[in-house]
Amino acid sequence: MAQDALATTAETTAAPAGVQGVVNDYSRDKQAFDVPWGKAMMWIFLLSDTFIFGSFLSSYMAVRGSTTVAWPNASEVFALTIGGVHIPLILIAIMTFILISSSGTMAMAVNFGYRRDRRKTAALMFATALFGASFVGMQAFEWTKLIEEGVRPWGNPMGAPQFGSTFFMITGFHGLHVTAGVIYLGIVATRVLTGVYDRKGNYEIVEIVGLYWHFVDLVWVFIFAFFYLW
Amino acid sequence: MAQAEGQQHPIKLYLWIWALLFVFSAFSYLVDYLQFQGLLRWSLIILFMLIKASLIVSIFMHMAWERLALIYAILLPPVALLVLVGIAWSESVYTFVTRGIFFGAGP
Repeated sequence: MAQDALATTAETTAAPAGVQGVVNDYSRDKQAFDVPWGKAMMWIFLLSDTFIFGSFLSSYMAVRGSTTVAWPNASEVFALTIGGVHIPLILIAIMTFILISSSGTMAMAVNFGYRRDRRKTAALMFATALFGASFVGMQAFEWTKLIEEGVRPWGNPMGAPQFGSTFFMITGFHGLHVTAGVIYLGIVATRVLTGVYDRKGNYEIVEIVGLYWHFVDLVWVFIFAFFYLW
Repeated sequence: MAQAEGQQHPIKLYLWIWALLFVFSAFSYLVDYLQFQGLLRWSLIILFMLIKASLIVSIFMHMAWERLALIYAILLPPVALLVLVGIAWSESVYTFVTRGIFFGAGP
């Protein structure tokens, strides 16, 4: 037994890379993924979420391609007049930059977590949550504006009725994810600040929250491209 | 770093990626602002989208430093979505043509 354990340790330390590494990792009769279980589980959850958003965007493509009515011009629908200047799509651009900023602060929070810098980690996570909350706030503004203009899931004055249904479905589901992320961030950041993970001696959870948060940003990249810019 | 553990990379790297994401988002926005149309618009949108997505996944989500076994397990399955896209696309073209014929508003 002791010899076996010894052999396994030697194998792990000299784990080969590349395709040979894949074969080794899957066939070595033990944990296949060389990451903490929480991280592997978060990745698998995110994979399932990828399929949800992938299905949403595919169905959006299907209904947009099949309608014979002109699709509303997103550039104009999401334009704002700021200080007398009419700027196309500006609201969505601001939301995009806010979400990217939150991803930046999150990445640095993970970094400081592994350096066991309790205060900086918590501060950066709260900053991320704040960016996220302002994103949701702007989305609420956007929804209100569109609803006032008469956009409904079953129709709208600008063109194809499918615009409303896909808009509320896709951005609503994404906004829900951001909201959940803000709550998740708030809980973990509070626990970081009170020293829970210092006592545990393990900051892995910060990276797991980070994975979720970056994924929310990643989904927005695709929504921004396909829904707002296309 | 004496206490180095997990994914440990210099802060500078994250700041660089952050800046790059800002730049490419600005480019995406410019595609709309400058009103590029047609094939140029679509290819630029997809190009900037893919660049941003790969920066986020590889650096921010640390995929670049994971073992290939995890990379395959997470990044290969979504490729199956292309089948869904293909099916949905052919169905949508069919519906469009049918609507054109029966409603007389199509091509």
